[in-house]
Amino acid sequence: MKEKEYLDLDFSDIKTPFTLNRREFIKAVGGGIFIFLTIGDPLDAEAQRRGGRLPTDFNAFLQIKEDGRVNCFTGKIEMGQGVINSIPQSLADELDVPLDSVDMVMGDTDLCPWDMGTFGSMTTRFFVPPLREAAAEARAVLIELAAERLELPVEKLRTEGGAVIEKNNSKNRVTYAQLTEGKRIERHLEEKPPVKDFLEFKIVGKPVLRRDSLEKVTGEAKFAGDIRLPGMLYAKILRPPAYGARLKSVDTSAAEKIEGVKVVRDGDLVAVLHTLPDVAEKAVSKIKADYDLPESDVDDKSIFDHLLKTASESNIEANGGDLEEGRELSHHIFEEKYLNSYVAHAPIENHTAIANIEGNKVTVWASTQAPFRVKDQVAEALGVSAENVRIIAPFVGGGFGGKTRCQQGIEAARLAKLTGKPVQVAWGRAEEFLYDTFRPAAVVKITSGITDDGKISLWDYGVYYAGGRGSQQFYDIPHHRTMTHSGGYPHPFGTGAWRAPANNTNTFARESQIDIMAAKAGIDPLEFRLKNLKNNQVIRILKAAADKFGWTPAKGPSGRGYGIACGTDAGTWVAHMAEVEVNDDGHVQVKRVVCAQDMGLVVNPQGAKLQVEGCIIMGLGYALSEEVHFKGGEILDTNFDTYQITRFSWTPEIETVLIESDAPPQGGGEPAIICMGGVIANAIFDATGARLYQLPMTPDRIMQARR
Amino acid sequence: METINFQLNDKPVEITIDDARMLLWVLRTDLELTGTRFGCGEGICGACTVLVDNYPVRSCQFPAVNADGKEIVTIEGLAKNGELHPLQKAFMSHDALQCGFCTSGMILTAYSLLLDNPEPTREEIIEGMEDNLCRCGSYGRIIKAVQTAAQEMKEAR
Ligand code: FES
Ligand code: FES
Repeated sequence: MKEKEYLDLDFSDIKTPFTLNRREFIKAVGGGIFIFLTIGDPLDAEAQRRGGRLPTDFNAFLQIKEDGRVNCFTGKIEMGQGVINSIPQSLADELDVPLDSVDMVMGDTDLCPWDMGTFGSMTTRFFVPPLREAAAEARAVLIELAAERLELPVEKLRTEGGAVIEKNNSKNRVTYAQLTEGKRIERHLEEKPPVKDFLEFKIVGKPVLRRDSLEKVTGEAKFAGDIRLPGMLYAKILRPPAYGARLKSVDTSAAEKIEGVKVVRDGDLVAVLHTLPDVAEKAVSKIKADYDLPESDVDDKSIFDHLLKTASESNIEANGGDLEEGRELSHHIFEEKYLNSYVAHAPIENHTAIANIEGNKVTVWASTQAPFRVKDQVAEALGVSAENVRIIAPFVGGGFGGKTRCQQGIEAARLAKLTGKPVQVAWGRAEEFLYDTFRPAAVVKITSGITDDGKISLWDYGVYYAGGRGSQQFYDIPHHRTMTHSGGYPHPFGTGAWRAPANNTNTFARESQIDIMAAKAGIDPLEFRLKNLKNNQVIRILKAAADKFGWTPAKGPSGRGYGIACGTDAGTWVAHMAEVEVNDDGHVQVKRVVCAQDMGLVVNPQGAKLQVEGCIIMGLGYALSEEVHFKGGEILDTNFDTYQITRFSWTPEIETVLIESDAPPQGGGEPAIICMGGVIANAIFDATGARLYQLPMTPDRIMQARR
Repeated sequence: METINFQLNDKPVEITIDDARMLLWVLRTDLELTGTRFGCGEGICGACTVLVDNYPVRSCQFPAVNADGKEIVTIEGLAKNGELHPLQKAFMSHDALQCGFCTSGMILTAYSLLLDNPEPTREEIIEGMEDNLCRCGSYGRIIKAVQTAAQEMKEAR
């Protein structure tokens, strides 16, 4: 089943490549599709670009233009996460050009080197290293060219600000643009020069404001829905009442009566097209259709039992010691079960695409996180060669994992083929909920134990259907086992990667359980964690967070409403502390959140802070209110009226501490969201003494837990 | 079909349209001003906010014929003579956006808020902006940007 593929690819937390060589990296990301080319490979960049692998020719990554500006090409897309800033920072430093001379060319499959997709907090860890290698080689070649031009040995030359300069005579210089005259650099080096040491960086590590904000505050920024082509039609597609329902019969006569409406049908795809999108929408609502509904009658209440019953496969993620021995050592045993609901990605920009077919060339502009994946999918859907398909991802209005699937791009391409016109498909909000690949509902069962002096002696952990990312605990526990349970496809609709997949579920469960044990032991929850930790990285960020927060020890529940949680994702470590207030009616106001984050070298401290804040704000939603309501494949939430995301009035004071580090940079777009369930659950407990075992922690559930 | 006249970003517009159509689609399609965004289509998210006689309206719910004789301002009309509005500048200097999809609606809602209340407190900003949604989580920075813009506008008076 299709959904399964997405789960496998997106849910694993691929480790940083800095400890891997290229060949191992290929294995880690699923192999087969990469070919490791040796330096000086005769394949030109164009062929490499098309082949589903990272090119080795540096011309595929960068181009020095006649006017001295530099194009940086990347298959990554900008959806708010800010790689439009951090990528050029790395390039500018490595190539020695001014930051503002770099222009970004992103997410265009005809112009950019192949890329797997923008997800998994992988840009900085996986794209930037080969980009830097490319820039290092380009810089070395430019120095060689300058040496010939200036008739000086390369040792006498240095680079700065887009020019090669004689070390002892800075007046003797030649710019990159003079050397290349806008032409492609044909020379390559036999041996690749080393990239710069992080300590040499002048631009990386400095805070930089967003470079795309001018376009965004003036409305000039183009998203997929803003592309206008002559003769284009707007399509609205007939949607079933439930996910997986099959069309039995359809009557489109009333829609056809509306002037200018064109109805097309191709198998299950029934669409109306018009030169005005709102007229197309009105027309589609006039279509009468009958469906065979899917059998499933599972709903948002029964889903958890259903998951436990369906699970047929399990996998041991980690183990050590002996669980029986751990049990005997334990003074107290805790057996708990944690639940979390399906949540939607709900970016403000819906899935949108426009497709144009000219001759045998297919071009699709789409809001997608994975243009190269869409390229293959569109080629397959139209039965054309992928070489003839170009995907362009303009600015994307939020993704969070939800735009790794691009059904709308395929729909637009099919309709463009059927009508012979450029066709836009822009989903409405109800379609967005119907076809979103939700974060899966999940169950976590934990049996743990502590000794009478507050040491954790037992940890037996099982997570059902969330996935393994973040499931492995990092406390100092002698007897432990971590298992993931899965099997079949128990979900009545699509599921997929949602910002820090699986880790939100796992961190909520683990950090709640730790707190439960701390309270029982009568120990301050920070002290309890420190007492049971040997991992210095966690200890350091916990202390940094406590410092900033002004944490003072007290055993829970202290009545203060303080919570704490920590975890790791995408190579980055995070610790959160929060202060909440819980009203008499169970309403939670989060007053303050402190996040300490160790993400290795911070490329853009400003961008990193934006991501931390975004994670905290978005995370408040899954912690407190976000929950997809459904009955079988029928999604009962169709808009933001019932599906409540974080609003202005929920905004806490946020303080971010970025730990200074010169370790290789790690992921930044996802880690800070993983603690939000746990830190708020623990703060609610501290405020009220009520323990919440299910996300989201709605006022109803809080009132129930209080009784 | 009805022919209506209105001022759009200081320029006169005459257009003949079906009277059931909403302003959002007329702006985005017929007039090709795509800076006004579509988010929810039901008046809930605020991405489609435009100003009608300086009052913020959800253009996805506002029949275009009601614009007749009115003055409409969209995000494209906020900068004057190449000079950004203080709100636009403050959104930039505070990085009060990420994906930027909610930004047009945020800025126009804030614009009318400041017309009503030139020196709003944090609470008043939250109250005035509460029904505009941002999935990227820029709320805290938006609040600060609005305060900064208010300050700059006050100094300019
Ligand atoms: S699109 Fe109009 S309020 Fe959301
Ligand atoms: S900046 Fe993305 S929705 Fe607000």
